Amino acid sequence: MSALHWTYDVDGSDFTRAGEASSNLKKKLRALGVSPDVIRRVSIALYEGEINMVIHADGGKIDVEMTPDRIEMVLRDTGKGIPDIEQAMQAGWSTAADEVRALGFGAGMGLPNMKKNTDEMKIESTVGVGTTVYMTVRI
Amino acid sequence: MTPIEFAAKYDIEVAVLGNGDTRKINGGYCGDLLSMVMGRAQEDNAFITVMANINTIAVAVLADVSCIILCEGMHFDKPSLLKAREQEVCVLETKETSFSIAVKLGKELGLC
Repeated sequence: MSALHWTYDVDGSDFTRAGEASSNLKKKLRALGVSPDVIRRVSIALYEGEINMVIHADGGKIDVEMTPDRIEMVLRDTGKGIPDIEQAMQAGWSTAADEVRALGFGAGMGLPNMKKNTDEMKIESTVGVGTTVYMTVRI
Repeated sequence: MTPIEFAAKYDIEVAVLGNGDTRKINGGYCGDLLSMVMGRAQEDNAFITVMANINTIAVAVLADVSCIILCEGMHFDKPSLLKAREQEVCVLETKETSFSIAVKLGKELGLC
């Protein structure tokens, strides 16, 4: 099987639409017969990433590549960037606004959840320029 | 036990049937912080919460729970219910507390 590619635009203006990319990818992976555990981990990691892009970066772009042995996700935004990635990775640390917290997010669980559900994760971020998150789940 | 069987036994309202008559409940997870639910709820759990917004439905789909049990008399708005129907998520609604529902579910599953 050659590599499969999917691209998603994340709308940063509508918090309620976050999850469209992960839901769509989940359906595609299910149709391809990917194991439920892998689908679940990919879906959770990508959804958390989508939520972050909406909360912190006014949207962005997601590229997904699937090869026979792995699913790679690259989430790019041109948001405000992360000044201290190590701090951002700590469970419970958050800069989310109160209205986001009222909807059940912004508890500082997103990045730790993404790391927990992926085999590899790397964050590149420049303040004022944007953030790119690379995640890999092995099949 | 399916979500619909649980609802029928304890007089809980079925807001959206979804696939609640075919999936089985294998345990439960109580939580309102959706990121925590995403990280901790297991596949086929009943997701017991008071958090009634459209993201709750998305989390239920992605975490692959068998149903949402919305407690304390909370209700989902129409767009959320529509999304639940589209995604075949079973949504149950009750005036009872999360604790009360968790105890009942625990008894049914032989956990307490």
